[in-house]
Amino acid sequence: MGAGHAHRLYRHAHSPVHALPPHTKLAAVLAFVVVVVSTPRTAMWAFGLYAVLLACVAHQARVPASFVLRRLLIEVPFVAFAVLLPFVAQGERVDVLGLSLSVNGLWGAWNVLAKGTLGVAASVLLAATTELRELLLGLQRLRLPPLLVQIASFMIRYGDVITDEMRRMRIARESRGFEARGVRHWGVLAKSAGALFIRSYERGERVHLAMVSRGYDGSMPVIDEVTASRAQWTRALALPSSALVVCLLGWVL
Amino acid sequence: MHVPDGFIDAPTSAVTGLVAAGALAVSLRGARRELDERTAPLAGLVAAFIFAVQMLNFPVAAGTSGHLLGGALAAILVGPCTGVLCVSVVLLMQGILFADGGLTALGVNITDMALVTTVVAYVVFRGLVKVLPRGRRSVTAAAFVAALLSVPAAAVAFTLLYAVGGTTDVAIGKVATAMIGVHVLIGLGEAAITALTVGAVIAVRPDLVYGARGLRQRLKLRVNGELVDAPASAPVPVAARTSRRALWITGLAASVVLAGFVSFYASADPDGLEKVAHDHGIDAKAEEHAAAGSPLADYGVRDVSDARLSGGLAGVIGVGATVAAGSGVFWAVRRRRTGAPSEAR
Repeated sequence: MGAGHAHRLYRHAHSPVHALPPHTKLAAVLAFVVVVVSTPRTAMWAFGLYAVLLACVAHQARVPASFVLRRLLIEVPFVAFAVLLPFVAQGERVDVLGLSLSVNGLWGAWNVLAKGTLGVAASVLLAATTELRELLLGLQRLRLPPLLVQIASFMIRYGDVITDEMRRMRIARESRGFEARGVRHWGVLAKSAGALFIRSYERGERVHLAMVSRGYDGSMPVIDEVTASRAQWTRALALPSSALVVCLLGWVL
Repeated sequence: MHVPDGFIDAPTSAVTGLVAAGALAVSLRGARRELDERTAPLAGLVAAFIFAVQMLNFPVAAGTSGHLLGGALAAILVGPCTGVLCVSVVLLMQGILFADGGLTALGVNITDMALVTTVVAYVVFRGLVKVLPRGRRSVTAAAFVAALLSVPAAAVAFTLLYAVGGTTDVAIGKVATAMIGVHVLIGLGEAAITALTVGAVIAVRPDLVYGARGLRQRLKLRVNGELVDAPASAPVPVAARTSRRALWITGLAASVVLAGFVSFYASADPDGLEKVAHDHGIDAKAEEHAAAGSPLADYGVRDVSDARLSGGLAGVIGVGATVAAGSGVFWAVRRRRTGAPSEAR
């Protein structure tokens, strides 16, 4: 917990993108992804333009390209899946470098890769420029059920605590000479998981009692109501609206 | 299994988004019933636990390792509604914070991994706990089977979603065989870990296992040398019984609609196994099934020429028969259970 209360994906900076209210950013990212997904896959240039748009946002937010690229690694499993598609899909086939590939599968792979990558990049930029607390406020402002936001905020607040607890249990196991090597050791690990559940649940009960003793009645008071001016909305929605123009061009051309 | 953006087309994503929103609304209400005003802190902590336990690596062999998905575990430990809620919150946060799973695919992910897994696991678990003899061992066994079935069920749900709204036309049989084949293996690991974990919890704090409520021994008092049941200390909150009929009717209507209309749109292609069998000529010698002459053979109603209409009708009739058979079994079991204690006394 020494590193402050920001998550690992957050990148502290003072930029126009960081300064935008969180709910405008959330709405912008969601709208952008929807636009990207509804673009026809044959308009390859459109996806290039989307990438340029995201690069502009990253530049504005002073997020270096290497940071975004490293975070993109999370979609590697699906890249592997996309690579398989041209081999298994049906339809007419084309020979590329001596391999018989399905035309439809190639389009499908391109579709998944392009849209998936753009979606991940947009989420990475959102997470890199928005603090956790702000993100939750933004979700609340976007009329997500308050109870859901509360649950999410507890999960975020205690996620590190529980993960650390698990790490301490691992250190305790290892300092007693335990090393998990195979299925035979699952029993020990599962007992740890069970103990972790009991500790989390009991911590939840303690947290609840502590909250009740401070006057909690089932709803959290909203202290800092986030608001957005028209100018801020305009700036945030510049990304999805320019993407929409590209998308419409993609359908027309 | 986090689905990224662009994998399932926009209309299907929108529909699953609606399904997910509905499921969340229902489970928010249900979680209030399961946990009352402690919902937020407890569900939040359980979500944090699921988030953490997904990072706990279970070594399989030769350097490979797997981890828990947690849907079945959550359903058994904290109840189906809280379980759906916790897994959904974990998925939401993974989507927004870690870019794991696309934002437009959130509906697909929640429907698939939070809803189907948890509900299937809980239904199977409760059914088995009711049928098996009372005791800790049968709870563990039920947890094993529930988790074992929940993971392939999610794979089946994914395959269905892919059949409806996949953006690449891979033969649905191939998708099904690949997905279900892999997930049966994953399900085995999930089942072992879930059963061991539930066993560990039930050994220490049996009162925390939601699915095993009612298995506790009643407190006995010795009054004048006789064992007497202790009076219940607090009135046990009775689950809303009035809504059970509504629940049954809604479920029945939903299944009929699904079976009737969705199979209406379903592809007329044979299923994965039939497809594989056909491709490899396995079925060249296959004998016609004994029921081939029955009025419902090959999922169509005889003498109804339109293939889609006939498939839909067969779906409706099938659901009806299944519900009737299931209710019959359920009714018989409940009769036996309620009958037994009165005889014992």
